[in-house]
Amino acid sequence: MALLEIKGLEAKVGERQILNGIDLTVNAGEVHAIMGPNGSGKSTLAQVLAGRELYQVTGGQVLYDGKDLLAMPPEDRAREGIFLAFQYPVEIPGVSNMYFLKAALNTVRKHRGLPELDAMDFLNLVREKMKLMEMEQTLLNRPVNTGFSGGEKKRNEIFQMAVLEPRLAILDETDSGLDIDALRTVAGGVNALRSPERSMVVVTHYQRLLNYIVPDFVHVLSEGRIVKSGGKELALQLEESGYAGLGIYDEGEAA
Amino acid sequence: MSSSPNSIETLANQEYKWGFVTDIEADAIPRGLNEDVVRLISGKKNEPEWLLNWRLKAYRHWLTMVEPTWANVHYAKIDYQDIIYYAAPKSRKDAPKSLDEIDPELLKTYEKLGIPLKEQELLAGVAVDAVFDSVSVATTFKEKLKGLGIIFCSFSEAVQEHPELVKKYLGSVVPTSDNFFAALNSAVFSDGSFCYVPKGVRCPMELSTYFRINAKDTGQFERTLIVADEGAYVSYLEGCTAPMRDTNQLHAAVVELVALDNAQIKYSTVQNWYPGDKEGKGGIYNFVTKRGACRGVNSKISWTQVETGSAITWKYPSCLLMGDNSVGEFYSVAVTNNYQQADTGTKMIHIGKNTTSTIVSKGISAGHGQNTYRGGVKILKSATGARNYSQCDSMLMGDKCGAHTFPYLEVKNTSSQVEHEASTSKIGEDQIFYCRQRGISTEDAVSMIVHGFCKEVFRELPMEFAVEAQKLLGISLEGSVG
Repeated sequence: MALLEIKGLEAKVGERQILNGIDLTVNAGEVHAIMGPNGSGKSTLAQVLAGRELYQVTGGQVLYDGKDLLAMPPEDRAREGIFLAFQYPVEIPGVSNMYFLKAALNTVRKHRGLPELDAMDFLNLVREKMKLMEMEQTLLNRPVNTGFSGGEKKRNEIFQMAVLEPRLAILDETDSGLDIDALRTVAGGVNALRSPERSMVVVTHYQRLLNYIVPDFVHVLSEGRIVKSGGKELALQLEESGYAGLGIYDEGEAA
Repeated sequence: MSSSPNSIETLANQEYKWGFVTDIEADAIPRGLNEDVVRLISGKKNEPEWLLNWRLKAYRHWLTMVEPTWANVHYAKIDYQDIIYYAAPKSRKDAPKSLDEIDPELLKTYEKLGIPLKEQELLAGVAVDAVFDSVSVATTFKEKLKGLGIIFCSFSEAVQEHPELVKKYLGSVVPTSDNFFAALNSAVFSDGSFCYVPKGVRCPMELSTYFRINAKDTGQFERTLIVADEGAYVSYLEGCTAPMRDTNQLHAAVVELVALDNAQIKYSTVQNWYPGDKEGKGGIYNFVTKRGACRGVNSKISWTQVETGSAITWKYPSCLLMGDNSVGEFYSVAVTNNYQQADTGTKMIHIGKNTTSTIVSKGISAGHGQNTYRGGVKILKSATGARNYSQCDSMLMGDKCGAHTFPYLEVKNTSSQVEHEASTSKIGEDQIFYCRQRGISTEDAVSMIVHGFCKEVFRELPMEFAVEAQKLLGISLEGSVG
């Protein structure tokens, strides 16, 4: 059965209509890349799936594991296994990364009927996952994302994903702002988390990331619709010809 | 913890749960203030002549004073002739001698408030002096403390039993003429708490006073005096609540602390007076003067306050650092939600050599709340080697509230060192969403963020108070974001 089924999804922010009928099915274990020029609605799709209230859904339906996703508040979606790696991870001064993540993990575990982890067990788990992301332990004791470099923030997102073990991970422009070494580390972490039970939706502007995280499917978004779908070769084709080769322009540049 | 929008709404609409009124026969005097009223109060307390004269002097001076207007707070003019200056629960003739004699209604009130008033709650380790309207109702653990030579009783009782101590220290830190509200308090104060810890004694338990305003249209004017003799230590907690009334009630207290050589006083407050309703109607005017004198060498006074209640808070717990090497500390969390206004901070006056002071102030504003930090650090010529560190952080929730900071520094000795740091941040919708996306509910997210913000202050509070303070903060702010 499909893990995620998006049917005719429409959404707007303020008066501006952004998504104009998205159809997408993601089965367990699949990695789907969503590409598209600026303003095509990629990030909006990611935010709507995560439940950001800033966006208003105006039509369509989203089923997650057979349940009505749009009826759930964001925290329930998270507890049900949806993880959004933010394009701009948010700083929370005064709250240690460690404390934050432990609180998050325990609410998720509780929801899944698992016992909460105590500080020792949590630390052991975290140490293991940290190796994966080549994270330094000092990052754990610092306030959430506060004063982190761009690379540290993105790495911290994937590290959180490794700890929370979602069923559906949505990566929103995880490659933006990363140099090539950081990109490799982050992509390595993501690849290590690929599994037959875990699906991923990778939102990106550039093909570059997809050299490292090789998708099963690629979809091209334009003006809030998927205009083309294919395998990983579609991304390469885009690299060659650009969006213009598909007759797609950045919003604003569009004729 | 599930968090549908519903539960947020429920929390947002959470009523002030300490807003009950206890139906007790009260012995009140008519409204208004004049010399006869001062005499009447003094007479009811069977006070000695010197104290009556002290009150009258204060009253006469008060008449010459004008209400201060420099604070960043706004309220309709107070009619001082429309206040009842004395209301006491009518008890069987004399003051109660034991808990058995206390009106069961009153005990029930305290139970509702969750105060460990009964001796059986000895395990809680808190000795409580409870002030209800104007009269101190019961002091627990008195006998046990007596064994150590510690005096902990109501102010009225101290006047009767230990007049020499009261006379020696009353008004010695906050003189009757100090300011408008202190002068008013000095004239009409009706009760309060008194504590004396003798030389070399470390008070083994937290001492606590719980204040409650019950009767309608009464003001509460209590007076607290704490003296720690040479080498003594005491930790003192103060809590307060009031019923919900749609008129404003005045609370003008005075707290004086005296620390002699090598003595230490830790004074913690969780202030939860009724803040008024969502439209800003009603609530307590909390105009309080709190000051401690570090008179002896190596003495130390720490103020920790968590201010979540009151319609208006005007309060600057301060330290006079007179003894060489003496230490003053001020840790504060002030929350203003809805239409609450707070103008609070501290004054650290460095007089002795090598005196140090630390100020950590956290202001949280939500709704239409206005939060002002006002702090004065004064280093006198004599204060060679004095140091001060001030940190002043503000957090805003929503876009209708305000945070203001007025730090005043006056340095007259070049060998001193003064540091001031300040920051303003905003709890954003994006922070909340980030937490929720990780599975954390809105209310837990707010509490996590706010608690992270206030951490440095909370860790100064005694354990049980810290828990209460955290809960109160949560309740005061729920629904402000999301």
